[in-house]
Amino acid sequence: MAQHESTYKPSNNFGKWMDERLPVARLVHDSFVDFPTPRNLNYLWTFGGILTFCLVAQLVTGIVLAMHYQPSADEAFNSVERIRRDVNFGWMIRNFHAVGASMFFIAVYVHIFRGLYYGSYKAPREILWILGVFIFLAMMATAFMGYALPWGQMSFWGVTVITNLFSSLDSIIPGLGTSIVQWLWGGYAVTGATLNRFFSLHYLLPFVIIGLVILHVWALHVVGQNNPTGVEPKTKADTVPMGPYAIAKDAVAMFAFLIPFAWFVFFLPDYLGHADNFTPANPLVTPPHIVPEWYFLPFYAILRAIPSKLGGVMAMFAAIAVLAFVPWLDRSRVRSTKYRPVYKWFFLLFVITCLALGYLGSKPADGIYVFWARIFTFYYFAHFILVMPFVGLLETPKKLPNSISESVLGKSGGGGGDTVPSGATASPEKR
Amino acid sequence: MQSARAFGLALSAIALSAGTVWAASGGAHIERHHWSFTGLGGQYDKAQLQRGFKVYQESCSACHGLSRLSFRNLFEAGGPEFDEAAVKSLATEWPNQIVDGPNDDGEMFERPPLASDPIRGPFANEKAARAANNGALPPDLSLIIKARTVENHSSWPLHVVQMGKDVLSGYQEAGADYVYALLNSYKGSEPDTNGMYVNAAFPGGKIAMTPPLTVDNTVAYLEDGQSAPEGMTVPPSTVAQNAEDVTAFLAWASDPSLNTRKQIGWQVMIYLLITTVLLYLGKKQIWARLKH
Ligand code: HEC
Ligand code: HEM
Repeated sequence: MAQHESTYKPSNNFGKWMDERLPVARLVHDSFVDFPTPRNLNYLWTFGGILTFCLVAQLVTGIVLAMHYQPSADEAFNSVERIRRDVNFGWMIRNFHAVGASMFFIAVYVHIFRGLYYGSYKAPREILWILGVFIFLAMMATAFMGYALPWGQMSFWGVTVITNLFSSLDSIIPGLGTSIVQWLWGGYAVTGATLNRFFSLHYLLPFVIIGLVILHVWALHVVGQNNPTGVEPKTKADTVPMGPYAIAKDAVAMFAFLIPFAWFVFFLPDYLGHADNFTPANPLVTPPHIVPEWYFLPFYAILRAIPSKLGGVMAMFAAIAVLAFVPWLDRSRVRSTKYRPVYKWFFLLFVITCLALGYLGSKPADGIYVFWARIFTFYYFAHFILVMPFVGLLETPKKLPNSISESVLGKSGGGGGDTVPSGATASPEKR
Repeated sequence: MQSARAFGLALSAIALSAGTVWAASGGAHIERHHWSFTGLGGQYDKAQLQRGFKVYQESCSACHGLSRLSFRNLFEAGGPEFDEAAVKSLATEWPNQIVDGPNDDGEMFERPPLASDPIRGPFANEKAARAANNGALPPDLSLIIKARTVENHSSWPLHVVQMGKDVLSGYQEAGADYVYALLNSYKGSEPDTNGMYVNAAFPGGKIAMTPPLTVDNTVAYLEDGQSAPEGMTVPPSTVAQNAEDVTAFLAWASDPSLNTRKQIGWQVMIYLLITTVLLYLGKKQIWARLKH
């Protein structure tokens, strides 16, 4: 795919001059204009673009916030309040950043489930997928440290609870956990020193994410996009150039995505946060329920479902790590779940499991809630470790279309699967 | 913004709640109240904020500060919008002075607040506040509405449905509902032997705050013999009315940009909707060049 011939033609002398020295314009043209995309992509494929937008939006709003924010235990909370009250449009920038984090996660979850449904992790896209898992991890770390910055009650106690988890490593090597925790804290308790380093890392990690995203997109451009049939493009008729086709679609999706985004920013800015975070951090008063941000809830439910602390921590990390092995756990011959009559139902169950874990993570860890959290935690792992390999091996997939264009145009419409169709992709280039 | 407001109200009406169980962290039932600033088009009611400030000034300020607010906020747009000169003279008479200094002799001194100074409470520090309040700390009220909420204890299907309704109707007023309920839920005004008062809305049921508003002790909106300003109706000073007004005032204190926020919100929504539709039409045109 990436090896297709470059069609870039500089339009003026400066362009030509530049092209012979540093062909950035050619790179952009080949990667984002002439890049062939399967013609049958649905709107779930627009979330990559949406995620890029989210990352840039977080950077821009974050850099402006950092101009007014003060990372000290005494001033952090007050400085965020001053941003809300006294900085011109500070409330808007702050809402965009705080709501933006949630929207970023909504987009990344859709993106991940899209990949899981259509088997986008299968060869040759394993590295692309694994880079995605690393981006997800880096996003979680960034968001966790970002949530600490306002230094409210939930910030402080969230940091306390989560960093304390590492002390469970003491049960493997005595002293190891304690040392790690003290190293994370920069002292013997969560203090302003902890806040300071979190701010430093919260500023750094988004740039690490940018680096990972560049690799992710590079890998994508080597192997090309998957598509709803899971059948690789075979002829030119199977693809359309990214510009203007995919770009036009991405633009629609991006603006549609901005509607709920703006809805929360302007009408419900604090709905996704916690009331407790409007009380300044107080190490002497523990809030009744310490709950992480909604996007961590499924993992939090898994953590608390396991009776031992160390076990819970390991299960929580395993729940993310297992994603990296999906390309090899799934033994199915076909990629797309559309053609998998049995796995389809397991996939649905998996989606329900994740939603249920999210709900249970928000509830106190007792009684019936723990019972259900255990059931769903069991299925979460069983889905990867049992369902993916065995259903993949045992199930008979439905018949795949011969090609993408066949699935779009039907047998007759395109004049047969393997004939080179006339009008379809020829037209954009002929213009 | 009238039309936006009417539209917001219409949307909120669709989302009338049914059979959901609400409770403060302690477990007591908390009613939802209708606020002028609820929902997608809701805005603060200036007259209500002015009455609410009066309640704060005459009752709550005896114990609670409002220190994230400056006097100037009281005459700025989007709030009670008092007369600027009136606020400046109010500041000079405010009982809780500002500690400033050191002066040329190296001494700290007290002075009346300026418009740019915070609205301080009466206590010099936490110890003094606790000593005067039976060991309890009257919290600063500038963020109290945002810092409180009402938990949803319904079963999960109802919970999920309610979340959907709240998101669609733009409901974010749980903190106000709680504080309003708190001020209205005292049982009697006599303390128990530990100096605590029975209040069903407060988590645990017993609070150290003396009932600030009681039947014989409400804040009057009009001085004796004063009549309502032209074209304005002033409601009677009941406990419920005082409570509602001071809660609305505190809601503004914790979210002073609400009016602008929702107004801009509608402009942004309309812009996004139109652009999305136009982009969609453009996309259809472009894709129509391909054979189907
Ligand atoms: C006599 C002093 C006093 C007055 C007057 C007073 N309060 Fe309080 N208030 C307190 C104390 C003390 C507490 C702490 C109660 C506790 O923690 O048990 C408190 C707590 C509160 C709380 C927090 C409750 C919670 O959920 O933690 C609110 C809200 C509140 N007051 C509102 C008001 C309002 C509004 C007024 C004026 C109408 C007012 N108070 C007048 C002393 C007072
Ligand atoms: C991957 C991208 C990012 C994510 C997911 C993210 C997430 C978050 C979150 C969840 C918060 C807490 C919001 C709140 O409740 O107030 C936050 C706060 C903050 N972030 Fe970010 N952030 C990102 C990028 C950045 C960048 C690039 C910067 C600056 C260069 C930045 C600067 C800040 C600052 C200063 C705050 C504290 C102010 C506040 O709480 O509003 N962020 N971030």
